[in-house]
Amino acid sequence: MTMNPSILNIQNLCCGYPKFQLSDICLDMPKGSFAGIIGPNGSGKTTLFRAITGTLGIKSGKIMLGDKNLRTLAPRQRAQNIAIVSQFIDAGDISVEDYVLMGRIPYQSRFSFFESDDDLRIAREYMTMTDTWRFKDQLMSELSGGEQQLAAIARALTQEPELLLLDEPTSHLDITHQVHILNVLQQLNQEMGLSVLMVIHDLNLASEYCDRLILVNQGRIHTQGTPEEVLTFQNIEDVYQTVVVTQPNPLSGKPAVFLATQKVLKEISERTGNPQ
Amino acid sequence: MQNKHLRWVIYLAGLLVLLIASVILSLSVGEMNLGFFDIFSILGKGHTSMEYTIITQIRLPRVLLGIAVGGALSLSGVLLQGVYRNPLVEPYTLGISGGASLGVAFAIVFGLHQLIGPMVLPLSGFIGAFLIIFMVYSISSRHGRINIQSMLLTGVMISFIASSSMMLLMAITSAENLHGIIFWIMGSLDEPEMSLIYVTLVMAFVSLAVSYLFVQPLNALRLGEEKAKHLGINTDTTIKLLFLLASMLAGVCVAVAGVIGFVGLIIPHLMRLLVGSDYRILLVSSFLSGSIFLVLSDVIARTIISPNELPIGVITGIVGGIVFLLMMSRSSVQLMRNK
Repeated sequence: MTMNPSILNIQNLCCGYPKFQLSDICLDMPKGSFAGIIGPNGSGKTTLFRAITGTLGIKSGKIMLGDKNLRTLAPRQRAQNIAIVSQFIDAGDISVEDYVLMGRIPYQSRFSFFESDDDLRIAREYMTMTDTWRFKDQLMSELSGGEQQLAAIARALTQEPELLLLDEPTSHLDITHQVHILNVLQQLNQEMGLSVLMVIHDLNLASEYCDRLILVNQGRIHTQGTPEEVLTFQNIEDVYQTVVVTQPNPLSGKPAVFLATQKVLKEISERTGNPQ
Repeated sequence: MQNKHLRWVIYLAGLLVLLIASVILSLSVGEMNLGFFDIFSILGKGHTSMEYTIITQIRLPRVLLGIAVGGALSLSGVLLQGVYRNPLVEPYTLGISGGASLGVAFAIVFGLHQLIGPMVLPLSGFIGAFLIIFMVYSISSRHGRINIQSMLLTGVMISFIASSSMMLLMAITSAENLHGIIFWIMGSLDEPEMSLIYVTLVMAFVSLAVSYLFVQPLNALRLGEEKAKHLGINTDTTIKLLFLLASMLAGVCVAVAGVIGFVGLIIPHLMRLLVGSDYRILLVSSFLSGSIFLVLSDVIARTIISPNELPIGVITGIVGGIVFLLMMSRSSVQLMRNK
């Protein structure tokens, strides 16, 4: 059904911790897609993310990155193929440029002491692209949350990955920075063909930006597909146990999720005489 | 050349000049004060004078040991703080000093140094330190992986057990032995065995060179263990090897010079503030400033109540502690973040 070969293909993956397991995860992400993992707290989003990043060992099944099995990939090769932006950057007293240059570590020989001109050029290119070059001499801890997130994206791009993974890149940001960061990612996806996979809490942002969604619940994939297929009120009510209404966004036509408060629900049931 | 690299060269040159100055100062002051610039002419004249003998036979060995031990302890501290990402870790936190002290106390109490010879003390200190390192390491490693947080706690606990056992030995032994133990614990750069000094010196510089093979992983570990892994660093191996390197450095230092505290804790902090957190410059500058600090502390220890000598561990503790408090009280200063 897909035109593009897959960048990430997961078959029958089982992994997890003694008290929490992911089971029977299958997913296929075509090259160049922009996918989002959604689901309630504790559903297994982060566990799945950690399995793909290689932080968590897998029990059975396999994860293929293009034509390479993730398990047999050496750490350095993995870092050349997958770049990860974590939820908390926490880079402290490192200058922004030094931080971004760390993205070149997977390419540097262990004995190379100074960054090559190529390293510097690549770091500069992606810092310019993410508009972080102007902070290059500041310390990471001096930047705002949104700016740190952009620097982390610049660092990830400097790894020149096939696949960019992000863990809730917008979670503590205001709407301006949320949209700005997701626009940057969208642009990278469209212009460079970079495949992006992110864990994201906000269903409306997920719907607007992602072309594929993976809805995770209780350690399993509940539904996956286009936002229209996944974000139906039935799916959301089933997984989140919350009454919602979905309507297309008048601008994009993508589904938008509206909440119903207890008060409103009560008023509606009184009006209609329906005890529900 | 980038500005950053130019800055590094300046730091390096500055520290080298300071080190040379402290070495000359240490060679010139003492019971017989020699002029700071006279050192060169005395050394130039050769074997004939008494001053020459004082400098080369009495003062130079202490200076060499000071350079080696100060540099090695400081390097050990900076490596451990980098591995654990914890600002309070120093070589002794993990029980290395406790183990060495216990080993030495054991040797003194049972009269081993009189039976076999004076080399027994450093040797038993070294064995004590290594037994502790081995215990901490094997208790906290499971399935070839190390949990560094539990390792820290294990080290602290084993350290308690070791120092309590040493107190037990001290409680049951004679006053004469007690004096020997206490004197050893307080540390000294007075080491009659020249070969031990050379061994320590060579080990310190070789370790500095070896630690430079790990600058890339250390720099990546500044972001945390998981993020370093994401950058393709084999963190498990790095942490293990660096732990062993740092422990060996501290173990040898304690065995040769006794417990000289605080060098491994404060010098790395001061250097982080001065040169930044990039390990490419941090390692060598910590080493050099540790050497400077210990050589100067030894000058104070030798001269302040001359002709008697204060234990150098007392000087480093007091001077170091005051400097550290001053640093902390400058509210703008942020120590290495605890994460």
